[in-house]
Amino acid sequence: MTTSSPTPVLAARGLTKRYGQVTALDGADFELLPGEILAVIGDNGAGKSTLIKALSGALVPDSGEIKLDGKAVHFKSPSDARKAGIETVYQDLAVAPAMTIAENLFLGREIKRGGLLGKLHVINKKQMLDEAVKYMQELKIGIRSMKQAVETLSGGQRQGVAVARSAAFAKHVVILDEPTAALGVKESGMVLDLIRRVRDRGLPVILISHNMPHVFEISDRIHIQRLGRRAALVNTKDITMPDAVAIMTGAKTI
Amino acid sequence: MSTQTPKSSNPASSSILSKLPPLTILGPLAALLLSIIFFSLQSDRFLAGRNFSLIVQQVMVVGVLAIGQTLVVLTGGIDLSNGMVMALGQVVMTKFAMDFGMPPYLAILCGLLVTMGFGFLNGLLITRINLPPFIVTLGTLNIAFAITQIYSKAQTVSNLPDSMLLLGETFKIGETAINYGSVLMLLLFLFVWFVLRDTAPGRHVYAVGNNAEAARLNGIPSKRVLLIIYTLAGLMYGIAALLLVARTSVGDPNAGQTENLESITAVVLGGTSLFGGRGNVLGTLIGALIVGVFRNGLTLIGVSSVYQILITGILVILAVTTDQLSRRKG
Ligand SMILES: Nc1ncnc2c1ncn2[C@@H]1O[C@H](COP(=O)(O)OP(=O)(O)OP(=O)(O)O)[C@@H](O)[C@H]1O
Ligand SMILES: [Mg+2]
Repeated sequence: MTTSSPTPVLAARGLTKRYGQVTALDGADFELLPGEILAVIGDNGAGKSTLIKALSGALVPDSGEIKLDGKAVHFKSPSDARKAGIETVYQDLAVAPAMTIAENLFLGREIKRGGLLGKLHVINKKQMLDEAVKYMQELKIGIRSMKQAVETLSGGQRQGVAVARSAAFAKHVVILDEPTAALGVKESGMVLDLIRRVRDRGLPVILISHNMPHVFEISDRIHIQRLGRRAALVNTKDITMPDAVAIMTGAKTI
Repeated sequence: MSTQTPKSSNPASSSILSKLPPLTILGPLAALLLSIIFFSLQSDRFLAGRNFSLIVQQVMVVGVLAIGQTLVVLTGGIDLSNGMVMALGQVVMTKFAMDFGMPPYLAILCGLLVTMGFGFLNGLLITRINLPPFIVTLGTLNIAFAITQIYSKAQTVSNLPDSMLLLGETFKIGETAINYGSVLMLLLFLFVWFVLRDTAPGRHVYAVGNNAEAARLNGIPSKRVLLIIYTLAGLMYGIAALLLVARTSVGDPNAGQTENLESITAVVLGGTSLFGGRGNVLGTLIGALIVGVFRNGLTLIGVSSVYQILITGILVILAVTTDQLSRRKG
């Protein structure tokens, strides 16, 4: 653990979440420092997705506390977290398949027209389209038309859209739940580059991944989740890949 | 029918294709034109302007019901109750005016509140208790039917004040008499079409129908959207009740028996997917016109009404099959 660290951007203590008999989170702690890339690793079912859903307002934990910049927060819905500048790419991507890429990028925060029309919630399709083109070009995601329905994209391209959406709007924290899971080598490389660029903008990133080489390539620290708790939090350069895996599977403790 | 919009293979073709209406509209439109051509070949009375305004008048009740149905179907739901809720709204409007001597506009308002109340109840049960729309609206269908019969003692309400029948009156364009109710229906279609296409709340309806959980994760209050949609659908059923009263000049407790399936037929023929999230209310207008053209045309050529019901049933199955097949491909 780092000594006398600055105030964490996002921190949590003792988070629990039960689904009937299943305990998805069992008193999990969490800490994200300014400007860092924090990898979250753990076996299937360790509670990684549940943890970040609690942090992003997608679910309300049964107990435990969450602090944003040192102040307690109680997100009641994903929009609360979004308003606080936390953007999330969920594991199942959370896209509307029959809607266009542009509409998906602006889902839930459509650009309105000016004046009276805007007050009547009339949307500005042209501007949404133009901005969508801009974001996607920044990410070098080669998609021809932003008017294409998301369901016409490949799995990797969909993931690109979801990542672009979070990167474009994040003001405070970016959370990515397995953003490279469906991607080829080249596309994974692009997402990793994107994560670095987000970090270079000064935003901390939480990256959930099963891909150990990626985790060790990009992260500053690693949060190892096991059986609904944080089993360890280590500096990436202080641990080897086999040791991390051993802690993850319970073969080793620290 | 609900085929996907063509993918843009190259920039040139995409710019031309994007100016055309999407296939989801062209399919139903072609079906409408074909049925019009078919019936005009069968009967020379069919193509007369008078007959056309008659078709639109016959369509206006189902058309407005189908607007509400489209809203519900776009969210991925279905409403089996709308015919019966309309019947109840109709009886409330007419009886309040006759029995309590309420001013007509107040009686109409009460009728609208009752139908909206039923829509709200549907929405509440669906969003708060997570019941499937199919079962909830099957239940409220029966409740609305029973209340209608009990309250009206199965008696038709007649001798209504003229001011309740205003929407049934006509004005002339050339030789053709057009009634105000048809105009109201068309305006409602255009209004809802615009709201769904060009406003944020309208797009949220599609988002919820595509994937309610994804919509929620993107900050759209999915449950509130559903509740509002079912309530607005109820409002449409109330307006349909008013149109029916205006057309028939009575409050009929036995109305609304076939209108529910017809409204679903119109929605599906119009290319809106029963799986939610795709479709378009102008398609529904075309779908309703197809239903009306078949009704009218078959009557003109002397096909009995039992066969008309048979044909309606077959039309629905065909349309849903197209929907399912095009989905599997996509
Ligand atoms: N909505 C839910 N209902 C019931 N059980 C759930 C739900 N969501 C998660 N769980 C359970 O909680 C546990 C933790 O799930 P979670 O999705 O957080 O794991 P994960 O670490 O993200 O796994 P993976 O690596 O497979 O994504 C699992 O046992 C899972 O079955
Ligand atoms: Mg997960």
